[in-house]
Amino acid sequence: MDLTFSPEELAFRDEVRAFLASSIPAETRRRVLEGMEVSRDDTLRWQQALHRRGWGGPNWPKEFGGTGWDPIRQFIFEEESAAAGAPRLLPFGLKMVGPVIMRFGNAAQQKRFLPRILSGEDWWAQGYSEPGSGSDLASLKTRAERKGDHYLVNGQKTWITLAQYANWIFCLVRTNPTAKKQAGISFLLIDMKTPGVSVRPITLLDGSQEVNEVWLEDVQVPFENLVGEENGGWTYAKFLLGHERTNIAGVGASKRELARLKRIASEERKDGRPLLADPGFAARVAQVEIDLMALEITNLRVLAAEAERRAPGPEASLLKIKGTEIQQALAELMMHAVGPYALPFRQEARRDGVSGESVGPDYAAPLSATYLNLRKTSIYGGSNEIQKNIIAQTILGL
Amino acid sequence: MQFSPTPEQQQLGDMVQRFLGEQYAFETRRKILDSAAGWSREIWSKLADLGLLALQVPEDQGGMAPAVVETLLTLTAMGKAMLLEPYVSSAILGTALIRDLGSRQQREELLPGMASGERISVLAHLEPGARYDLRRVATAARRSGGSWTLEGRKSVVQHAPAADLLLVSAVTSAGISVFTVPREAKGVSLTPYRIVDGSCAAEVELTGAPGALLGEEGRAFSAIEGAFDLGIAAVCAEAAGALQATLDTTVEYTRTRKQFGVPIGSFQALQHRMADMLIHVEQARSMSYLAAMRAVEPPSRERRRALAAAKVVVGNACRFVGQQAVQLHGGMGVTDETAVSHLFRRLTALELQLGDTAHHLEQFIAASAPEQDGARRPRADRAEHTGVLHEAEGT
Repeated sequence: MDLTFSPEELAFRDEVRAFLASSIPAETRRRVLEGMEVSRDDTLRWQQALHRRGWGGPNWPKEFGGTGWDPIRQFIFEEESAAAGAPRLLPFGLKMVGPVIMRFGNAAQQKRFLPRILSGEDWWAQGYSEPGSGSDLASLKTRAERKGDHYLVNGQKTWITLAQYANWIFCLVRTNPTAKKQAGISFLLIDMKTPGVSVRPITLLDGSQEVNEVWLEDVQVPFENLVGEENGGWTYAKFLLGHERTNIAGVGASKRELARLKRIASEERKDGRPLLADPGFAARVAQVEIDLMALEITNLRVLAAEAERRAPGPEASLLKIKGTEIQQALAELMMHAVGPYALPFRQEARRDGVSGESVGPDYAAPLSATYLNLRKTSIYGGSNEIQKNIIAQTILGL
Repeated sequence: MQFSPTPEQQQLGDMVQRFLGEQYAFETRRKILDSAAGWSREIWSKLADLGLLALQVPEDQGGMAPAVVETLLTLTAMGKAMLLEPYVSSAILGTALIRDLGSRQQREELLPGMASGERISVLAHLEPGARYDLRRVATAARRSGGSWTLEGRKSVVQHAPAADLLLVSAVTSAGISVFTVPREAKGVSLTPYRIVDGSCAAEVELTGAPGALLGEEGRAFSAIEGAFDLGIAAVCAEAAGALQATLDTTVEYTRTRKQFGVPIGSFQALQHRMADMLIHVEQARSMSYLAAMRAVEPPSRERRRALAAAKVVVGNACRFVGQQAVQLHGGMGVTDETAVSHLFRRLTALELQLGDTAHHLEQFIAASAPEQDGARRPRADRAEHTGVLHEAEGT
């Protein structure tokens, strides 16, 4: 047992650090470190920059053009990227549909889709939830019927993150309406430009537009876009959710947000002293920091186990719950740190930023919007209550 | 980065678990608990025979120190079994203090007997009114001729009634020192009692008690702090075992206890509570690893932060898991006859031992504050290191 990085891992970390320091555009980096939204172009440019370096697929094996890094190196890369202010890589291609195509797709699909994820040519969206199928995902109603040489798809998907930028969407669809609900589901890849696909934005509680409804009306999808077996989609969906949850602990990003919280609480004054020196506030910050330290080790333990088993286990549910609780606690503390200046609500501050305005400190402007926005984290990716069901049933055997 | 023990380490851990499983079952433990002494010399000798009392003894004296992983696995198994014997008090804290503070002659004189189980030595450091503050020592040592006498009072000295030798801290003009004092010596008076988990302890009063200086005068603080840190790591490892046992017994109970015609474990309200318990248990286990690794490093702010953080996570887990386990056992949970009530009492003691959660939260904050000269302000361009992982010494 050894919790220190090996000399090879430290050398790798230095290599990553040096690359990040010289490659992240200054403006992008500022936006990330100040908690602002990252634009579509920022995200794509960063994927392309990594791809040129050969690091476009940090979590992919070499045979599919990835880096072949072990879980510890992937963790170091994510942590360093977050600390240095790199934009978050899009999970939909790299961590969701990519691994599914590698594991269950055919050679033609692998050849066609995987390189375009690495290069940033394709922006994927995740078509899982429906208006009537949230936590009970397997009850989904979107139909795909065989018609000639294609499936005819009809239905409605919702909560589709960043679908406004996507050119492809992977969807769970019902191909057998008479089978038991999990047994009649298939996994389809749909070109968003196909006639019958339409996207309608949903405005969230903080005023942002990051999720959408996607309507599918008589959309023709060629058979070759079916992944794996017809009616085998539930297996692939569960496989994908496991990968999504591993990512969701967000330790590196939470460390970055903790540092921002400390900067803000050092600037803010209470009784003429830094807020961070106030025993009550310091205790709240310390408790979150300590929980994050424990989560980091728990995350590494899960990664080490994963390295041996090759697939995320149910422990990923634990990471999702604790990781999102910490993300939300940090956003809440930042909002509380600025006191009354958390009240002026300026959603545009997360997008456009503010500079030297007369309404409170600049860093206060996006905080209440961020707080509102992050309530999503304990709901998406399988709500935290669903994760607790998984823990109870799969780990505890209840 | 490597979380698995070596096969040899695992073998030792399994051996301890097997031994305690066979010789320290719940009913056996209750008999020991109900005995006059509250611990078993027979078990103690067997622990010595297994070599477990030598884990903190240096190699050149026949021991295995630092034995980081072996100690972690041993204590996790002992935590599961709720061991009553003075293992942390003597085999960890007492042994480490003599090892790190004693002269060569003192080490050669004292350590072999501790490894063999013939001598039990416990640290008597904290005092009434000092709470958990390691620096507040009022007990005084006076030299007359070539010998020392001690005056003062030590509070809640765990396993003092079981000890042959007390390691008593006291101040002189040179600072804090440690003196060895035979428990039976004149001028030593014990008020023995049981603590919340049923193990033995005492208030220790010293009125002109004779002491022999351990190591050098006025140089003991760092070794005391080091011994306490090893103790904190030990308590965290014990807690990891006790927490797992508490979760296991609760899951098992809710699978068999039926109400409304079904096992109560099928109710979602209870399932989610147990999922929350599991999260606490795993977070505590993670921190028991961190504490074990850091406790053997030289003193630093990082060591302080890591051990304080570990005790906070473990303390919160002990409270939550213990309270919920009793709640989920219903009426059975508040009886003396179930294991869960004894586990709850042990978890309660573990949280309070060697600094409670509030104390260690303060310690963490103090060790995280920017240095006085302002040289360590968080940098704006990088996330601050939270101190979980760092570079190995010398790499």
